[in-house]
Amino acid sequence: MKGEIIAGLAIILFFALFLYVAASNTGADWGGADGEAEGVIAELTEGTYEPWFEPLIEPPSGEIESLLFSLQAALGAIVIGYFFGYYRGKQSA
Amino acid sequence: MHIMEGFLPHPWWEVWYALSLPVVAYGIYRMNRLVKERRETLPLLALAGAFIFVLSSLKLPSVTGSCSHPTGTGMGAILFGPALTAVLSLIVLVYQALFLAHGGITTLGANVFSMGIAGPAVGYLVYRGCTRLNLHFYLSIFLAATLADWATYLVTTLQLALAFPSATGGVVGSFYAFGTVFALTQVPLALVEGVVTALIFKYIIQVKGDVMVKLKVIDEKGLGKLREAIPA
Repeated sequence: MKGEIIAGLAIILFFALFLYVAASNTGADWGGADGEAEGVIAELTEGTYEPWFEPLIEPPSGEIESLLFSLQAALGAIVIGYFFGYYRGKQSA
Repeated sequence: MHIMEGFLPHPWWEVWYALSLPVVAYGIYRMNRLVKERRETLPLLALAGAFIFVLSSLKLPSVTGSCSHPTGTGMGAILFGPALTAVLSLIVLVYQALFLAHGGITTLGANVFSMGIAGPAVGYLVYRGCTRLNLHFYLSIFLAATLADWATYLVTTLQLALAFPSATGGVVGSFYAFGTVFALTQVPLALVEGVVTALIFKYIIQVKGDVMVKLKVIDEKGLGKLREAIPA
């Protein structure tokens, strides 16, 4: 149980930290770090850098993007759940 | 968070492709041999890949007021080493670059290098080093996974700093600028990834500890001790 408790506490602490920052820093917009890097690039090159290649397919909306991200997580989670379920069941059989 | 499509100018995108390709090729060769000769390791390979899938889809908020995602590559690195982990990361990165406009095809070389090669190499070396120092198993896993995650974003920072040196501070100046965006945001995420990876390893020890011995991740004696500590 010790491992689970430590992991649980770490995750709770992580979100507590998030809530604290969210409450104390009202200017935060919680955008992606990659988007922020784009801002830094614009600053460093004084806005002269233009990306020379565009993504071939862009998710048409934020909803569809989160759908595809959820799909990615779900696929991984199925495999992980199957792995542990199958081998634990085999052990106790 | 990966470097976005079109955001690495010539010659940098080619440089990172050139550095990544041989490692990925070697990883594919190793993976083929593993699949043919040691079929008992396949479930663990699937697990390591699936772990990268899940973790790299979770965009989490961090102390800097922006979001990033963990990598999940520490597990693969500890079990199979960096070359195979590079192949697993490539699969995820191609999916995200093609369908999600996250990362990109032109920056794929750089992103494979940071997430698939540099991070896992650090994780692998840290794990091996910790084992040699006789550190506790779970502590070694925690350190390896945390540092693999963090090293990934340090390398991303370096890649951008090299491509966009600041007019006043040069590469070092822009390293700081990108560092606050990537490396700093990643610190709490990396710590959580380390803890979660260590916990998952407890379950792997339970169900597939024997395969870990075969992969030389842990020796027979260490496995026995760890199994004793887990109540059935």
